[in-house]
Amino acid sequence: MSHGPSAAGGAVLKAGHGHHDEPHVPVFVGDTRAKLDDLLTRYPSKQAALLPALWMLQQARGWVSEAGMAEIASLLDITPAYVKGVVSFYTMYHQHPVGKYFIQVCTTSPCHVCGAEDVVKAFLDQTGCGELGVTSLDGRYTVIEVECLGACGFATPIMVNEDFLESVTPENVSDVLKKYQ
Amino acid sequence: MGYPHQPHPRETLVLSKHFGEGDARSLDGWKKRGGYKALETALGMDPVAIQNVVKESGLRGRGGAGFPTGLKWSFMKIGDGKPHYLCCNADESEPGTFKDREIMRWTPHALIEGVAIGAHAIGAENAYIYIRGEFTEPIAVMEAALVEARNAGVVGKNAMGSGKTVNVWVHRGAGAYICGEETALMNSIEGRRGNPRIKPPFPAVAGLFGKPTTINNVETLTAVPHILNHGADWYKKMSRPDNPKSTGTKLWSVCGNIQRPGNYEVEMGFPFGEFLNDVCGGAPQGRTIKAVIPGGCSVPIITREEAERAVMDYEGMMAVGTMLGSAGCIVIDSAQSMPRQIARLARFYAHESCAQCTQCREGTAWTTKILERIVAGDGTAEDLDTLLEIGENMTGKTICVLSDSCATPVSSGLAKFRHEFEALIKTKTVHAVPAVVA
Repeated sequence: MSHGPSAAGGAVLKAGHGHHDEPHVPVFVGDTRAKLDDLLTRYPSKQAALLPALWMLQQARGWVSEAGMAEIASLLDITPAYVKGVVSFYTMYHQHPVGKYFIQVCTTSPCHVCGAEDVVKAFLDQTGCGELGVTSLDGRYTVIEVECLGACGFATPIMVNEDFLESVTPENVSDVLKKYQ
Repeated sequence: MGYPHQPHPRETLVLSKHFGEGDARSLDGWKKRGGYKALETALGMDPVAIQNVVKESGLRGRGGAGFPTGLKWSFMKIGDGKPHYLCCNADESEPGTFKDREIMRWTPHALIEGVAIGAHAIGAENAYIYIRGEFTEPIAVMEAALVEARNAGVVGKNAMGSGKTVNVWVHRGAGAYICGEETALMNSIEGRRGNPRIKPPFPAVAGLFGKPTTINNVETLTAVPHILNHGADWYKKMSRPDNPKSTGTKLWSVCGNIQRPGNYEVEMGFPFGEFLNDVCGGAPQGRTIKAVIPGGCSVPIITREEAERAVMDYEGMMAVGTMLGSAGCIVIDSAQSMPRQIARLARFYAHESCAQCTQCREGTAWTTKILERIVAGDGTAEDLDTLLEIGENMTGKTICVLSDSCATPVSSGLAKFRHEFEALIKTKTVHAVPAVVA
């Protein structure tokens, strides 16, 4: 198995980022606020910073909470309802807390012909999740299927939080999970 | 260039020449390889002169549509007093396609150089590289390369001492295939849901933030510095002598049931049969190739026989009833059930429809429901005609082509492999026995 991100040393967010317990403490203060202010200089409209701001929120909290959405809405002069409408359109923003390790397995056609379903099954069995989208009882894992990760030649690609792994087979699922305990 | 980056002798390495060379990622490493000379030249040129060189080279959009790049650039009216924008479409989400990812991963400065030249050529001071959210490594590599380029004064204010401003930013997507559609991409940058916009107005008139905008694919922009360095004639010569409309090299992503998957760069007009069987090694484990989807999963499915007599350029693919598209080539072998694979493809589109147009929202879901029922062994003889009828109602009737893209593999799959569907409906087996295709 090869590890995509490690080659560049660039994986942004490491595992264990899920702090689910302080949804009402503002996120955009101090350095994070400064980063947002810098981001705003890149666009002619405040609203254009919405997607990057939501990424910052998710990276800080592990998910996109209502309080966080309200905070962003107020900073970007848009309504919380509008923010929620955008959040719900995109699949990568978590609207609820997820497991410490969020595992996405690509099962779209090219991976499907290479047996990605067996990889999904191995993850569901070995994480104790049992079902797609259900967090394991120990809070450690959530496994979902994802539509095309754009690494079709290296079936089956998966993502664990922000780490991107290629050529995962049912046989090496247990090795992957050993790294994400 | 199979993974991990072993070039095949039949390849012509231009864009992929430095894949796998770690130090090509740095600014110094890139300059050592001749990087940023083209940008320096371009910044000293008149934008229209750059447009003309690109027009002359015959470069066509590598994102799938194949529209002539120089012509697209010439729609931008230089000196109209409005801000112009360049968007680089790095939302590579078409199943089967994984070439832009490798360009960004290994040669980020090649893309930055292409983006900066493109921006100057259309009179834009700001360019956004929209990268799909899942591409964590390419995003990190591009961000790091941009910091280097900004710090060295290659981009930004007074880029390379030219007095011109060329700002380049990365904008991260958040998981939506539809954002690869150019107007949806602009909406996404503006902080909206990625719903495609009705055209006209076209982006060159009213695009990002309502201003004149050009959207180019990663591979298209990366080819531009090579064209400026070596000349339009050099680029034109890398193609079939009898076909002046498809020029240069093309990166082909090959995946599915194939011995050596990966990205391969060949000259336009390369024989497809030789490519699949010799360069990529044919189907694995002694099986035979049954079907090929050559241009990303939105293009018509062709049989092995059709693939083997095709040549790899825009016209060559059209001659066998399909399209070059993004050149994301999915190979399906004799062990696979076509109904099962086509049902999985339809599910992708049903999941990714932005739900704005009824024909697409309902059509993709309905198509998927029928196909999954057939695969489960509960299909009826009428289902196949119903699928074709739904497909007709999904084609050419929506704001963007996602709906058509779902109907295309279904109708072409039915045209080529109808006997497999009929056998499955007749035997009602849950796991279809693959039919033998001559």
